Amino acid sequence: MVIRNSILTGALLSLTLATTTHLHAATVPAGVKLAEKQEIIRGGGSEPATLDPQKIEGTPGSLRARDLFEGLYNLNGDGDLIPGVAKSYTANDDNTIYTFNLRDNAKWSNGDKVTAHDFVYGFQRAVDPATASPYAWFIEIPSITNASDIIAGKKPASSLGVKALDDYTFEVTLERPVPYFVKMTAHQTMFPAPKKVIEKFGSDWIKPGNIVSNGAYKMDEWVVNEKMVFTRNTHYWNDAETIINKVTILPIESPAVELTRFQAGEMDVSYELPNDRFKQLKRDIPDEVIITPYLGTYYYQFNTTKAPYDDVRVRKALSYAIDRDVITKFVTGVGEIPAYSFTPEIVNGFNPATPDYATWTQAERIKKAQQLMTEAGYGKNNPLKFNLLYNTNENHKKIAIAIAAMWKKNLGVEVKLENQEWKTYLENKKAQNFEVARAGWIGDYNEASTMLDLLTSSHGNNDGKYSNPKYDALLNKAKTMQDPSANYNQAEAIAIQQDMAVAPIYQYVNKRLVKSYVGGYQPNPEDNIYTRDMYIIAH
Amino acid sequence: MIVFIIKRFLAAIPTLLILITVSFFLMRLAPGNPFSSDHSIPAEVLANINAKYHLDEPILTQYFYYLGGLLQGDLGPSFRYKDFSINELMAQSFPVSAEIGIWSFLVALLIGVGCGVIAALKQNSGIDHAVMAFANLGMVLPNFVLAPLCILLFSIYLNWLPSGGWNDGAWPYLIMPVIAMSTSYIAQIARITRGSMIETMHANFIRTARAKGLPMSHIIFRHALRPALLPVVSYLGPVFVAIVTGSVIVDVYFSTGGIGQHFINGALNRDYSMVMGVTILIGTLTILFNAIVDILYAVIDPKIRY
Amino acid sequence: MFMSSKLQTVDALISTDADIDGRSLWQDARRRFFANHAAIASLIILACITCISLLGPLFSQWHYEDIDWEALSDISLLGRPSIESGHYFGTDTLGRDIFVRTMQGGQISLLVGILGSFVAVVIGTLYGAISGYVGGRIDNLMMRFLEILNSFPFMFFVIILMTVFGRHIFLIFVAIGAISWLDMARIVRGQTLALKNKEFIEAAHACGVSGLQIILRHIIPNLLGIVVVYATLLVPNMIILESFISFLGLGVQEPMTSWGALISEGAITMEIAVWQLAWPLAFLVLTLFCFNFLGDGLRDALDPKDR
Repeated sequence: MVIRNSILTGALLSLTLATTTHLHAATVPAGVKLAEKQEIIRGGGSEPATLDPQKIEGTPGSLRARDLFEGLYNLNGDGDLIPGVAKSYTANDDNTIYTFNLRDNAKWSNGDKVTAHDFVYGFQRAVDPATASPYAWFIEIPSITNASDIIAGKKPASSLGVKALDDYTFEVTLERPVPYFVKMTAHQTMFPAPKKVIEKFGSDWIKPGNIVSNGAYKMDEWVVNEKMVFTRNTHYWNDAETIINKVTILPIESPAVELTRFQAGEMDVSYELPNDRFKQLKRDIPDEVIITPYLGTYYYQFNTTKAPYDDVRVRKALSYAIDRDVITKFVTGVGEIPAYSFTPEIVNGFNPATPDYATWTQAERIKKAQQLMTEAGYGKNNPLKFNLLYNTNENHKKIAIAIAAMWKKNLGVEVKLENQEWKTYLENKKAQNFEVARAGWIGDYNEASTMLDLLTSSHGNNDGKYSNPKYDALLNKAKTMQDPSANYNQAEAIAIQQDMAVAPIYQYVNKRLVKSYVGGYQPNPEDNIYTRDMYIIAH
Repeated sequence: MIVFIIKRFLAAIPTLLILITVSFFLMRLAPGNPFSSDHSIPAEVLANINAKYHLDEPILTQYFYYLGGLLQGDLGPSFRYKDFSINELMAQSFPVSAEIGIWSFLVALLIGVGCGVIAALKQNSGIDHAVMAFANLGMVLPNFVLAPLCILLFSIYLNWLPSGGWNDGAWPYLIMPVIAMSTSYIAQIARITRGSMIETMHANFIRTARAKGLPMSHIIFRHALRPALLPVVSYLGPVFVAIVTGSVIVDVYFSTGGIGQHFINGALNRDYSMVMGVTILIGTLTILFNAIVDILYAVIDPKIRY
Repeated sequence: MFMSSKLQTVDALISTDADIDGRSLWQDARRRFFANHAAIASLIILACITCISLLGPLFSQWHYEDIDWEALSDISLLGRPSIESGHYFGTDTLGRDIFVRTMQGGQISLLVGILGSFVAVVIGTLYGAISGYVGGRIDNLMMRFLEILNSFPFMFFVIILMTVFGRHIFLIFVAIGAISWLDMARIVRGQTLALKNKEFIEAAHACGVSGLQIILRHIIPNLLGIVVVYATLLVPNMIILESFISFLGLGVQEPMTSWGALISEGAITMEIAVWQLAWPLAFLVLTLFCFNFLGDGLRDALDPKDR
């Protein structure tokens, strides 16, 4: 539960349109001897809210859906398109009509063919108010014809701009050109849905015994809060290149508990690892600890509707006084990258100018911070006092304690820590019922706007209510630009260098334990991990 | 006695109704709702979800809607595990916790009463202190320390037992949960038994029996144990309910998939129907076992009448 | 000479006689209690622990919220218990002194344990005794009320309490006390049912003693044994329950801590920094053992049948 953002992993909307012939499948290097028993046990985070592709929200669901289902295209870690059920696609001249050519050997796990009708049904299902999918808006983003009206209940789901020209030709019509639309088809919301099965069982179709899937695996067993077992789907079109026969996914929320399973030899790939144990694990099993950058930023949010947090000097002083090196090295200590700008460095094709304060020494920052505090009218006799809000979590707690101590030591600020359970925390944050609050954001797709949009005045998650018309204008304009990176750079500079709308603290990492005999594990910024890429080495 | 049972059965209905009503409305006072998340959902989408779960209707309508479902034995859909109904989730998780619970209960009862009786008979001797120290060990080690310690010892160092999972209750998966669940109750049962046994052993009828020169084992089993167990029995009623409805600690550390976590996580996730379901389950069991305890009173002490 | 010595003997006899007459139930209990070495030792140790919790922080250069930035750089080495660094018990994962935090946590835990148990015992005993003694319809109603409270979703109660009234350590006591008297009441009621048919109660009743008087003067003193045992069971339960509530983020607020919170943090790192678990756990275990022996001693001393 470290990262409680629901995440749209897999939706890589970058503008680069790479083409490749590489397929998703396990590629075993020459000389590697495979184990007799090709079975894997993976940590799955918490129990997903649902496995129904059109309704999935959050990483635990996506992780499982990637093994069970497959969409038109897949994406590898670099954001390259890899053919899935579709072999190829064509677009009309103004990029509003996309035609996908489906392979004729793609099958559901019951042997039925995967046809264009299954995609039509899946897309319609996602926006149908009767489905009540929390991800219905995902179909609105590429402006598929009538999507918004259907969600609002003004038009029937059948009016959606999707069509099956024949069994293997699927056509999508957009209201305006959206160049990254094809990449969105790798996301589970746009997966096909088995119409016959769903009509037969209704919402029970997802249960073991009823469910059919079109990915490399099919559901064998599902015991809520204990395990999910997938076995090889022999009808999968690329089954020949799948190596692992059985996948067991354990829904364990606590990284400490996961670690005991890993140590006892009952887990091969974990979901996370406990921060406090990192140093010891790195020493004892360096090859099995895998830390890679993750697309997200951990930051502290100022409530700009409340004085004195509407004062940029106070915001800057508080931000400068945070020693990010100490936080990332000793408090979290898992190799997070100190963050001085809002957008993480690994975002595709984005190299923002470093803000000035990133280049100063900590002593310089503190000196400047003290000066700003004095200018803002705070000092020894009149210390700033406020509550720091965070949600219940060991990691958030430690960071809050450390930063509160830094503020107290360097600025004389008196901070009262306020720890709240998740839903109460969300409610208070949403109602601007806080002064400074912990926050984090994981990018929905690998492009700078996934982060920067968050600070626009109208964004639903801009809980600090930061508002700068110039900033809004820049990002609004970027939406229709061929190359928006100049606007992104300017926006980033306004938000942090000029206004310090939030205090960035660190860039997230993916921290995972992977047994040394697991091959084919390919970490990437969006954490697109497919079991069908992996194999077990003889050990 | 039969009249008593019928009366209690009839009294259970208004009791449950009050419980359901108060819980139903109180729950909604907590901030947040089942679908609040840090990734804001567009208003139209949220409206569709609320409509599906009838959350857009007035709360009184929702209440009667819930009662209507309840009359047909339907506890409603889960807000957290959207693919399942509460009936399904409880049918899957309650037997797990009940199995762990019943074993834990038997273990705790046997060891607890055993320790308590021995300690009482050897009051204030070294044996008394040793036995009670042993029994108390379980209580002073909180189960969130005991559970990881067990895993460390039995699974990681010794490699004797699997570190978690349930696998339909195969015995290797049962041992550590039962240890973690029963230890704190052993101590409590032992202490209550000891205290009450000492009192009983000082009672006039036991003195008379001793004066008559009856053998000690005869005195203990035929005369002392029954009255001595009276406070133990009244303690065991609610304990039995607590023990079979599981523990969040056991569920989390051993990934058993039991019902214990649903009560706590249900509240944290605002899964209203889940919390209602578990509340009704606990309420029904509490009423049932309190009635059983009252009947046992009358069996143990014939002087008690209703 | 002879006379005077005889008078003295009579005097002595009279005085001893008076002594026997004047020894009340309470004096008797005190005598028996002080004869119990385990109980006395426990009482002394508990007093010591209380004193250390209150005064210990004065003997350390650290404050319970101070972070030792130097130790933070390598907890497994610089955070070890050592006399030179002033961290007698070592530091936690943030470089805060475990000694001072254990003492501060002890203040909270002891307060929660004792105050919570006291509230639970008073309410539970009175409620149970009244319910059992009065019997009939009232008993029935009171017991049904218990059943409702017993099945009530406690977590929601705590969450709502925290959000409506804000967070205050006092509220934790209220929340804990509010559920902990239920078992007490049930046990007391069961004992009362058994007691009220006894001859001495019937005699008191026949003499026209009022119901309240019978409960306070005759029923409750006879229940004290079991009440005391249960009360000492409650203290550890309270301390552990508090830690569970803290664990869920609803309990005592950082930087303040409690033994339970320290132990649940220490349990995560027990393989790499055992002192983070060992010290607070040692204090908790010692305290709980002492409460148990103290409880047994009190029970033995208060047993009215034990002469």
